[in-house]
Amino acid sequence: MRAVVVVFPGSNCDTDCFHVLRDVIKTPVEFVWHKEGNFPKTDLVVLPGGFSYGDYLRTGAIARFSPAMESVRRHAAEGRPVLGICNGFQILLEAGLLPGAMLRNKTLSFVCKPVWICVEDTHTPFTQKTQRGELLQIPIAHGEGNYYCDEETLKKLKDNSQIIFRYCSEKGEVGEAFNPNGSRDHIAGIVNERRNVLGMMPHPERASEAILASEDGRKIWESVCL
Amino acid sequence: MYNAKINVTLKKSVLDPQGQTILHALESLGFKDVKKVRVGKFFELLIEACDRKTAEEKIKEMCHQLLINPVIEEYTFEMGEVK
Amino acid sequence: MTTSEIKITPELIRAHGLSPEEYEKIKSILSREPNLTELGMFGVMWSEHCSYKNSKPILKLFPTQGPKLLVRAGEENAGIIDIGEGLAICFKIESHNHPSAIEPFQGAATGVGGILRDIFTMGARPVLLMNSLRFGSLEKPHNRRLFRGVVAGIAHYGNCIGVPTLGGEVYFQNCYEGNPLVNVMCLGIVNKDAIVKGKASGGGNPVYYVGATTGRDGLGGAAFASRELTEESQEDRPAVQVGDPFMEKLLLEACLELTQTDALVGMQDLGAAGLTCGTCETASRGHSGIQIDIAKVPRRETEMTPYEVMLSESQERMFIIAKRGKEKIVEDIFTKWDLHAVKIGEVKDGNEMRVFEEGRLVAEVPARALADEGPVYRREEKEPGYLKALQKLDLSKITEPKDFQEVLKKFLSHPSIASKAWVWQQYDHMVRTDTVFYPGHDAALIRIKGTQKGIAVSTDCNSLYCYLDPYEGGKIAVAEAARNVACSGAVPIGVTNCLNFANPMKPEIFWQFHRAVEGMAEACRALKIPVTGGNVSFYNESPAGAIYPTPTVGVAGLLENIENRVPSFFQNEGDLIFLLGETFEEIGGTFYLTVWHGLEQGLPPRLELDREVRLQEFILEQARASRLVSCHDLSEGGLALALAESTFNPAKSMGAICDHLDLIPAKIREDALYFGESQSRAVISVHPEDKEAVIQAAQHHKLPIYLIGKVDGNLLQIGDRIRLSVSELRSLYENAIPEKMKT
Repeated sequence: MRAVVVVFPGSNCDTDCFHVLRDVIKTPVEFVWHKEGNFPKTDLVVLPGGFSYGDYLRTGAIARFSPAMESVRRHAAEGRPVLGICNGFQILLEAGLLPGAMLRNKTLSFVCKPVWICVEDTHTPFTQKTQRGELLQIPIAHGEGNYYCDEETLKKLKDNSQIIFRYCSEKGEVGEAFNPNGSRDHIAGIVNERRNVLGMMPHPERASEAILASEDGRKIWESVCL
Repeated sequence: MYNAKINVTLKKSVLDPQGQTILHALESLGFKDVKKVRVGKFFELLIEACDRKTAEEKIKEMCHQLLINPVIEEYTFEMGEVK
Repeated sequence: MTTSEIKITPELIRAHGLSPEEYEKIKSILSREPNLTELGMFGVMWSEHCSYKNSKPILKLFPTQGPKLLVRAGEENAGIIDIGEGLAICFKIESHNHPSAIEPFQGAATGVGGILRDIFTMGARPVLLMNSLRFGSLEKPHNRRLFRGVVAGIAHYGNCIGVPTLGGEVYFQNCYEGNPLVNVMCLGIVNKDAIVKGKASGGGNPVYYVGATTGRDGLGGAAFASRELTEESQEDRPAVQVGDPFMEKLLLEACLELTQTDALVGMQDLGAAGLTCGTCETASRGHSGIQIDIAKVPRRETEMTPYEVMLSESQERMFIIAKRGKEKIVEDIFTKWDLHAVKIGEVKDGNEMRVFEEGRLVAEVPARALADEGPVYRREEKEPGYLKALQKLDLSKITEPKDFQEVLKKFLSHPSIASKAWVWQQYDHMVRTDTVFYPGHDAALIRIKGTQKGIAVSTDCNSLYCYLDPYEGGKIAVAEAARNVACSGAVPIGVTNCLNFANPMKPEIFWQFHRAVEGMAEACRALKIPVTGGNVSFYNESPAGAIYPTPTVGVAGLLENIENRVPSFFQNEGDLIFLLGETFEEIGGTFYLTVWHGLEQGLPPRLELDREVRLQEFILEQARASRLVSCHDLSEGGLALALAESTFNPAKSMGAICDHLDLIPAKIREDALYFGESQSRAVISVHPEDKEAVIQAAQHHKLPIYLIGKVDGNLLQIGDRIRLSVSELRSLYENAIPEKMKT
């Protein structure tokens, strides 16, 4: 198992993901600069959080034109796993590798806090070591995490079990009160139809060590780095 | 040279929380007759093209490739020739 | 008309903040009349902001020596302290008060940008940001607008650049009406052998400019006057500087990459006084001359005069001195980060700073005279006449409240005390995955990956204390920030300060300044924590009057083993609760007197430094012995508030029954016992098994210790006056600010 973390100008969770993969999960990992069109051989691609290109224009809108994104597309087309976290999720949406788009949080302000999410489906490389209905406490930190898609897309996501995480309470209740950003159907993470590309707003790399507030995020890394 | 002014707004079907907040703020300032606010983006660009039609085509292409996200946004533009 | 042809008049000299005597000094340095560009350069470099001409004699009172200091205060942009294992920390606090009053979002954002550059200029990677914010009452819409804007601005910049903002403090007091304070602190970590100095040395070494383009932003009132003379339109003059955190992120990464090469001689950010400061300070530190051609400076506006280019305070710009022959290394690194480094000049032998514009000499000044030989004044001082009367407090006229519960509830609902989660949830306080204690603890705590170490930081200042007694208030500010750090288990190792005062030309204000610094210096000496740098902000006043003296203190502490950290909240049912330290009948200047009785008067509590030292030594010793389950210091609101806050464990509220207040032997009024603010006290919780060991250790340190209760249930009971549900208290505490900000 090998992983790469793609670094865009303005990425700022790149070293955090790298740290978890290398020091916690003990997976060989390399950084890839966004200008590199050709990746080193890898099993997992991580698109980290941050503010690629300052989030100017729209979140993730400019990063999707980076040469490295060509490799990400090829990698995804070969059915190998791509994990986009926060800004990485936004880039995947802009790149069309996942359906939908991001709007500003319903509160209109940036929000950073631990939230609970519920695992909706375990048939993905990213959730294979979790249980359906399992609750994970993982922090969010974003100003635009308000996931939007039209009715038709939402129906497709539901029919194909592409919704992987939903925001919930610590008891697992789903509802407006537990949705931090107003996302459609309380979506916190989705996969593509082929189930090898996951985008999620919560940051599992921030919840993977005992010294930090939660270790629940490690289950996602352990699933995908099996 | 052509001067293009592009207006981008969220699609009508998409909730615009910024617009709603501003509407609310305007109401509380006493502007009760405001019924709707949509917030958008505005681009102004100078473009070199042999004729108007080519310039328009280029603008549309730019909008679709980068300037707007067709999932949530729509756009209109005006263009004038600059000497 | 060009600037060099403009005649220097007494009005123009005054408009640059220079006195006739200072102008004579400039003439004798140059042996001629300066031209307008040179006058502007002297004006900014000899301003209080750059030269500390009014504060220097007083700042000398601070202890700046210490065995672990690698770079001392004043030598560079920020001081540096050795923390072992080849690592060092570099930290500083600065004000951005006036820009934030005009445009809160951009004012605060550019303040964050500036302090970050101060740190990475030294080769250190910024790892945390904190801030100390003060506004007028939230009841007024204008103050809510300022508060909302400042918080959003800090969030915008810090979040984007990926440095966690770990809270700090926020106060709402009438004295800040019209003059809010925005003090931002940054701490960075640097490998000892990669420390970069802001110096230009080695004749022939190239000088680079990199970062944002130069515009007319930030030109001050004096510059305005000069501009009128050049008959240019003022319409396009930006009133406020706009920050670009994305540009800064690129600069940060590129500059730190550059420090890993052998191509670098020195580095300096272009902040206040812009290119003028960058060139003359680096040359002066490097004992060299320097020559630049400003025609090469990338600009965003046309027809800028040399005067404007040299004085512009456009943000996100760096000044790099490279080694001759290694230009390609520098240029390649900046190109990688999509930045364009422009060679604008070179280091010269001698000590002259020469500025050319396309080969034409536009300014020529000895670098050292400009940077380091500005005038220094000892300002007149006088104790304010009102002070003696204000310090009197007739306790017999202060009636004790009937219901102490109402007092506690009022405290918790006051925005100065209430939870600041509304603020820090807008800050990314977790990025870098090093944040071990989230905001809300006595001190913020981060780990250093790859080591066992942790760094704790706290900012503090009780400005009402400083108003009523600047000396005691200054002492307490240092002691309390250090105490907060110690309560988390970290040894305080250094102090930075941001001295916010009103007009120093007023003898009463200068007296406040002098006395506060004396008090701070004494506390630093007693606690053995050197001052590593900081910033002075004068002229903080509005038509409503002067602010209270606000010498904000930031203390950094080192935890050798982060496993010995101590949280501020109760953790386990059944743990015993002790009060440490002595309680006196001290009501003057308290939060209680202010919010319950509506009085801001009396003598603030006295701080005895040897008591403080013993308290902190005891806490640190017990933390190392892993006997402290929690530790929270007593400050505003006294014992009652400290106990209430201790129950607000973020993971799960913990009740407490403290029914043994009778064991505290002080014969004092009950309101003083519950709400008084006697210094050098803390509340700890301890596993029952450790009871005897902790008591014995306290006795050994001659530290009073009282077993007042235990962690239990879901009520907070204090003596026989307070018995309330923790969830009710917590809801008041958590909802106060969000409720106010709804409108």
